[in-house]
Amino acid sequence: MIPEIGHFSIILALWVSVAQTLICFGGAVRSSPRLIAFPRYSSYVIFLLTLAGFCCLATSFLVDDFSVLNVASNSNSQLPWPYKLAASWGSHEGSLLLWVLMLSGWMSAVSLFSKQMPDEMRSLILGVMSAIAIGFYLFMLLTSNPFDRLLPPAVDGRDLNPLLQDPGMVIHPPMLYMGYVGFSVVFAFAIGALISGKLDSTWARWSRPWTTAAWCFLTVGIALGSWWAYYELGWGGWWFWDPVENASFMPWLCGTALIHSLSVTEKRGSFKIWTVLLSIITFSLSLLGTFLVRSGVLTSVHAFATDPERGVFILGFLIVVIGASLLLFAWRAPKVGLGGNFNFISRESALLANNVLLVVAAASVLLGTLYPLFLDAMGLGKISVGPPYFDAIFFPLMAPAMFLMGIGPVLRWKNAKTLELATKLKWAFAISLVSAIIVPILMGGWSVFVSIGLLLGFWIVVSGLVNLLEQIRRIRMGSERTIFQVINSLPRSYYGMLVAHFGVAVFIFGVTLVKGYEEERDVKLAVGGSVELSGYRFSLASLDDLIGPNYNGIKGTVFVHGADGKLVSTLYPEKRFYHVQSMPMTEAAIDTGFFRDLYVSLGEALEDGSWVVRVYLKPFVDWIWGGAFLMALGGLLAISDKKYRSKRRSVPNQATVSS
Amino acid sequence: MKPRQKRLLLIIAVLALVSLAALLVLKAFKSNLVFFYTPTEVVEGKVPVARAFRIGGMVVDGSLQRKQDGVSVSFSVTDTIHAIDVTYEGILPDLFQEGKGVVAQGRLSENGSFIADQVLAKHDENYMPPEAAEALKRAREMKLSE
Amino acid sequence: MRKYLLPLAVFVLVAIFLWRGLFLNPQEVPSPLIGKSIPEFSLPKLQKENSVVTSETFLGKVWVLNVFASWCTPCLDEHPMLMELASQNRVMIVGLNYKDGFQSAADWLGKHGNPYSAVAVDIDGLVGMDFGVYGVPETFLIDKSGVIRYKKIGPLSSTEIQDELLPLVESLQ
Repeated sequence: MIPEIGHFSIILALWVSVAQTLICFGGAVRSSPRLIAFPRYSSYVIFLLTLAGFCCLATSFLVDDFSVLNVASNSNSQLPWPYKLAASWGSHEGSLLLWVLMLSGWMSAVSLFSKQMPDEMRSLILGVMSAIAIGFYLFMLLTSNPFDRLLPPAVDGRDLNPLLQDPGMVIHPPMLYMGYVGFSVVFAFAIGALISGKLDSTWARWSRPWTTAAWCFLTVGIALGSWWAYYELGWGGWWFWDPVENASFMPWLCGTALIHSLSVTEKRGSFKIWTVLLSIITFSLSLLGTFLVRSGVLTSVHAFATDPERGVFILGFLIVVIGASLLLFAWRAPKVGLGGNFNFISRESALLANNVLLVVAAASVLLGTLYPLFLDAMGLGKISVGPPYFDAIFFPLMAPAMFLMGIGPVLRWKNAKTLELATKLKWAFAISLVSAIIVPILMGGWSVFVSIGLLLGFWIVVSGLVNLLEQIRRIRMGSERTIFQVINSLPRSYYGMLVAHFGVAVFIFGVTLVKGYEEERDVKLAVGGSVELSGYRFSLASLDDLIGPNYNGIKGTVFVHGADGKLVSTLYPEKRFYHVQSMPMTEAAIDTGFFRDLYVSLGEALEDGSWVVRVYLKPFVDWIWGGAFLMALGGLLAISDKKYRSKRRSVPNQATVSS
Repeated sequence: MKPRQKRLLLIIAVLALVSLAALLVLKAFKSNLVFFYTPTEVVEGKVPVARAFRIGGMVVDGSLQRKQDGVSVSFSVTDTIHAIDVTYEGILPDLFQEGKGVVAQGRLSENGSFIADQVLAKHDENYMPPEAAEALKRAREMKLSE
Repeated sequence: MRKYLLPLAVFVLVAIFLWRGLFLNPQEVPSPLIGKSIPEFSLPKLQKENSVVTSETFLGKVWVLNVFASWCTPCLDEHPMLMELASQNRVMIVGLNYKDGFQSAADWLGKHGNPYSAVAVDIDGLVGMDFGVYGVPETFLIDKSGVIRYKKIGPLSSTEIQDELLPLVESLQ
């Protein structure tokens, strides 16, 4: 009964979405106030119906209703309950339901937080969003219904893929999807603005918090995925340039570019055409990501069973949505006027360069991800594009972007003076340079790569601090305020920018130091044996049998002693064997620290009873994810800025300060 | 400078930046494509020297050997026509098995064996990695055309 | 307006490739043999010295050709299913012992049970090659006139036997 209720509420949600779309566009054409007011309420209805559907599915998973095909294929009575819940979005069908749940959630949020917006505009935006929702509801109901019954019911389920049985995996997909789907809001704003022709700084101001919000979720989602890969795949890597990772990274790069170009459009009225195109591209890449993952076109760690029917549907949907919006763009863009002029050395051109670099980076990821597919489609053979390609392009593309990150916020809008810039930043550069030379020597091994990485990191931090001091000094001049009052008076969006940029710096420190100084050893260890790795002694104390709820395995006990002979940590790496899917899994054991991770994973058992064991020392590796979370925190600070909450236009002192 | 000139200068700068970046991307792309070859193509000497490539096929049963250190392994990969020896230092993936499909990435050594720096076995229930299937398919086409 | 159509043009190009990519299943290898007659062969029969199994032996019958080997681990997963199928007597199963040996094949069948009405021994794997065998196990369904009607790469599951193989057998009888 419960699955049928769920199924029914999804069908209802589809019909309400159809009604909302028709009414919104009809209302826009006939400019009828009554029609235009409709979506404010129907959005909530769609959300509640979808939520009901989702709860029904989750319930089926929690009560082990194996008469539901989706439950039987992706869960098992022995599965611990948090994973049962996570399994409800672990499958293809369930993840689509999660997707529409989030879409309807974002729709309600737009309805809730857009009271100041003209009714016609809001109606257009919600109409675009419900049109997208129709596509996904249809996709789900026609090709991948999560509520399909299995008759006769299975005795027990086939279990969730063991790789996904992990706390990180429980929250990674929702976060990622919140990001993907969140860009649909920005997309809808862009389409609404194109249709109504009101492509102005007001539009940019409305779009900004939504873009930032979606970007924060995506950032956290990607970081969680990377962190999961680090400890779950057992290879100690944190990014593999896997097609599915790339699918989430491309919208992130474009979204980052969008955040910056929106600031120019809001503050200066420039880049309007570019910003609107970027909004469309960002969401298109989110859709493309869904297509790549869900159609099985690319095989990767995440690949689900291939199903051309589903692929055809998503691709058709992709073509309609993206094709129509690009056509609309081509039709309307020529009518958009050009924005304010600016000089070669100005904040605008720094942000333009940032955009070019980020978009080229996204395009090169797209090339590397799709090119093997192209060759295959042309029958020209099979190739793969591996990490070396991405490494080779990312460093030279991102290094100038990082350098600009230090300069941009200091530059003035429209027209900046080179000399003034040099005076402001020469000390910042000197400090960064000296630190970049000294720190690697202190770390015990100097290399060009580490030095350049650290230079960029220090440069971002120091120039950010210089910028902050400069702001404080400028406001204090000719005013009686204390330093604390001044610090308090700076807008949150400004701090958001600083924190996000510091996050990038922290990320760079992490990447640089872990690449430069990580150590790895694969050794054969018997119980009682030990191995030394840069001052740490890892000794395998025992190997014990392990019995888990839905697996059994071997659990090793590894003592780690420091150079002084003191016990630093005790680690318990595991090798599990999941019964239902008869799949072995390596569970690494990690001692996480602020300055280093100690990482042990069990490789293979050898005939004589010893094991091949992999040990890593990974300095500063957690800074990688710490940096990503700081970036997201910066975004959160920026959204919480009061200018997005009040009706007032920008407050005078904010207009001059970057955000 | 007049606004027109400024805009022109800006466009030229952006174009220069984009072309520079594109050049860089394409160069990196060209030198980092990893081509895929079958063991037969390797034996016939059709593979590039001093460049990484991938081979695929089935792990020959009983061919997996481990050196005393437990970490260096060697095994043979076959496309059913020819087999080549692969050496690898490190931990094999969880789903690596004799008689099953495998893909290895690495270089050819001077004595004709393949030194892998990466061994891939898919992390799912799929029967065979696509590249391994491709190797067997090509081998069959060769046999059929003979 | 023309320059603003550029993004659309790029997208159309990408979409065309994605469309083509959709119909390439990277895991699936096309089987040109379905609908064609089985290749001619003549192989020694296991445990029956001096007798042979040929491509004509089973003309007039619907039969299943199962490629197996004693070295093949997935074959063990499939084996109970074949034993079950053989006990139902609904279709004749012939084994093709692929790249293996007389002794090892006989030992393996002795240990795990023998579902096969006859076993052809293909030591050098050439017949298997003609059948387009990629890996072991692999299963073919052949109709009365010797035409391949069905092919499965990898171990058969019991649902595949129930839902695909047996209905096809019924319709061909």
